[in-house]
Amino acid sequence: MKKRKLTDSNLLLIITIAVFLAMYIGAIAFLGGGFTKPQSFCNILNENAALIIISCGMSLVMMTGGIDISVGAVVSLVCMCCAVNLDFHGGNVFTSILIALGIGTLFGLVQGFLIAYLEVQPFIVTLAGMFFARGMTTIVNSTQFNVENEQFRALKNARILLPGIGSYNKNGNFIQAYIEIGVVIALITVAVLFVLLRWVRLGRGFYAVGGNSQSANMLGINVKRTKFFAYLICGFLAGIGGFVYFLHVGSGSPSHASGAEMNAIASSIIGGTMLTGGSGNIIGTLFGVMSLSTIKNIVSSLGLDDAWWTNITVASMICLFIVIQSVVLSRKNKAK
Amino acid sequence: MEKFKKLTRNQLFIPVVALILLVIFNLIKDPSFFAIVVEQNSMGNKVLSGSLITILDYGSELAILALGMTLVTAASGGQDISVGAAIALAGSVVLRVLCGTEARPEAMHAPIIVAFIVCALVAMAFGAFNGVLVAYFKLQPMVATLILFTAGRSIAAWINNNQLPIISDPKFGYFGNFFPGIPIPSPIFIAVIFMTVTFLILRFTKLALFTQAVGINSESSRLNGINPKFIKFITYVILGFCVAVAGFIKVSRLSTINYSVIAKDIEMDAILAVALGGNALSGGKFNMSASILGAYVIQFLTITLYKFDVPSSALPAYKAVVVIILVVLSAPVVREKLASLKKNMASAKEAN
Repeated sequence: MKKRKLTDSNLLLIITIAVFLAMYIGAIAFLGGGFTKPQSFCNILNENAALIIISCGMSLVMMTGGIDISVGAVVSLVCMCCAVNLDFHGGNVFTSILIALGIGTLFGLVQGFLIAYLEVQPFIVTLAGMFFARGMTTIVNSTQFNVENEQFRALKNARILLPGIGSYNKNGNFIQAYIEIGVVIALITVAVLFVLLRWVRLGRGFYAVGGNSQSANMLGINVKRTKFFAYLICGFLAGIGGFVYFLHVGSGSPSHASGAEMNAIASSIIGGTMLTGGSGNIIGTLFGVMSLSTIKNIVSSLGLDDAWWTNITVASMICLFIVIQSVVLSRKNKAK
Repeated sequence: MEKFKKLTRNQLFIPVVALILLVIFNLIKDPSFFAIVVEQNSMGNKVLSGSLITILDYGSELAILALGMTLVTAASGGQDISVGAAIALAGSVVLRVLCGTEARPEAMHAPIIVAFIVCALVAMAFGAFNGVLVAYFKLQPMVATLILFTAGRSIAAWINNNQLPIISDPKFGYFGNFFPGIPIPSPIFIAVIFMTVTFLILRFTKLALFTQAVGINSESSRLNGINPKFIKFITYVILGFCVAVAGFIKVSRLSTINYSVIAKDIEMDAILAVALGGNALSGGKFNMSASILGAYVIQFLTITLYKFDVPSSALPAYKAVVVIILVVLSAPVVREKLASLKKNMASAKEAN
């Protein structure tokens, strides 16, 4: 039984990676131009480092059969608080990192407690969390502003050059491809979660609880605590993601990361995390984010520049993957 | 004591108490909140104005949506998060039919009733799309409606080629503002008519019974000869119709549309109305009047906060606090704890 389930999740993973590769190679073949440069691949990573991190948290929660729609708003709140701390209260980068992690953990703690121990519906609790974070962002500061703190700007502009990878510009100079610090954090997050989900007891517990919480309970897994930890980790990752996002944009604004929760859910779905819980793969989520942003890049390079078309393509992509999942699920049920 | 217990068990208890608290709060802070005056509006009509009228007026769309949302929640145990986007879509269809392809037509291209019927059909078709995903593909409602949530506003913009048509004919504005000679805002009438029809339907058909049966246990309702898939499907189509009416009122208010702003976050308010009415968000039994009351209480809260100069972008924070208090109080675990606490106290008294 266990082997069978793993093949299903692997199948979804393979589909995701195949779709991503097909899209990217297709873009190189038919559109050429920017897609052939290694830098454009790195830019996808640079722009989506924060989304990768919060999508990982979202995948964890979705594996346990829940949902967390507060993450986008938490990112926005973290950005605003860090920006205010750096520019108005004379804070430094270290304190703002502490603030970011603190806010994320606090949201995770409260939401996790309400959902796991008071058994309130996750959708409603995180909806309230989202409302609260969005509202608090404007209460902290209602306008957008760029952070001037020098220490922070130095960190923001830090670039990690990739040796030997790059492209020649118009004048024939070789320009090395670079990634930002956020990408390193995102990749570390993915690696840590991969290990957690594969070899650590808590991580295996997420699958068990999502698959069937009653049997998980009978196997001696503390269902409530497992759920609690899923939301806690998700909140914590939203805090980290918030800081990475802040590092990328370097400003605080109430409209930051609006809709990020939906992108995170979409990435998780595309990455093969089953909505019903119990199945999913963190590597898939990584590729989900990449596919999502590749499709956005393709749409914009086709000249359909208005954001409307992006939304429509993303929605149809979600639709496609949901149907694939439902087919896989029904195949599994038949096998029983 | 027994009577009190019965009272607190009533589903209308929470929304009514919330309403009373809001009324008392406003009475203490500023009694002029409740003043209703007759004013001359820009069209030269004598109309009623005042905060209470505003609440009833702007609560209309929310109350209409809450009706549909209650049915969807009861039958499928989930919520439709695409209603805001669907309202943008419905409104866009109305303008497309009335304006044709011109941005500012001199005269309307079609009778208003035709525009409404087309918009209702389109909205119901999108409701059916959600319904098929939920009922036949067995998706979680939130995720199924996520598709339309993402794409809805984009499709709305696409319908009108990304233009923002404006209707200059004042007749179109009657439905969202005032009919000449009638001092009460017309959305209130529309909402009242809508509610009456809904209640008649619920009273004289088996819809309510079947919906609750499916929500409580869809497998046993199937064994009893109900088609649970069809019932779930039909609730989404009904919600589609509610969306059409709400969207029609919304565009009529301004005679134009702004795709990214119209009915923003209204899905959250509608879900909140259902929850505030004490209806279980996991489906099953429902109480329509409680949901409607919940909708108006939320509008009351919104208007109250506006009165105290809370910026509209900070509103959600206050609403969130209300939601958290409500859900914690109504959580089954907390209720059990409170009940056992009461029992312990009572037995301790007896021992004394």
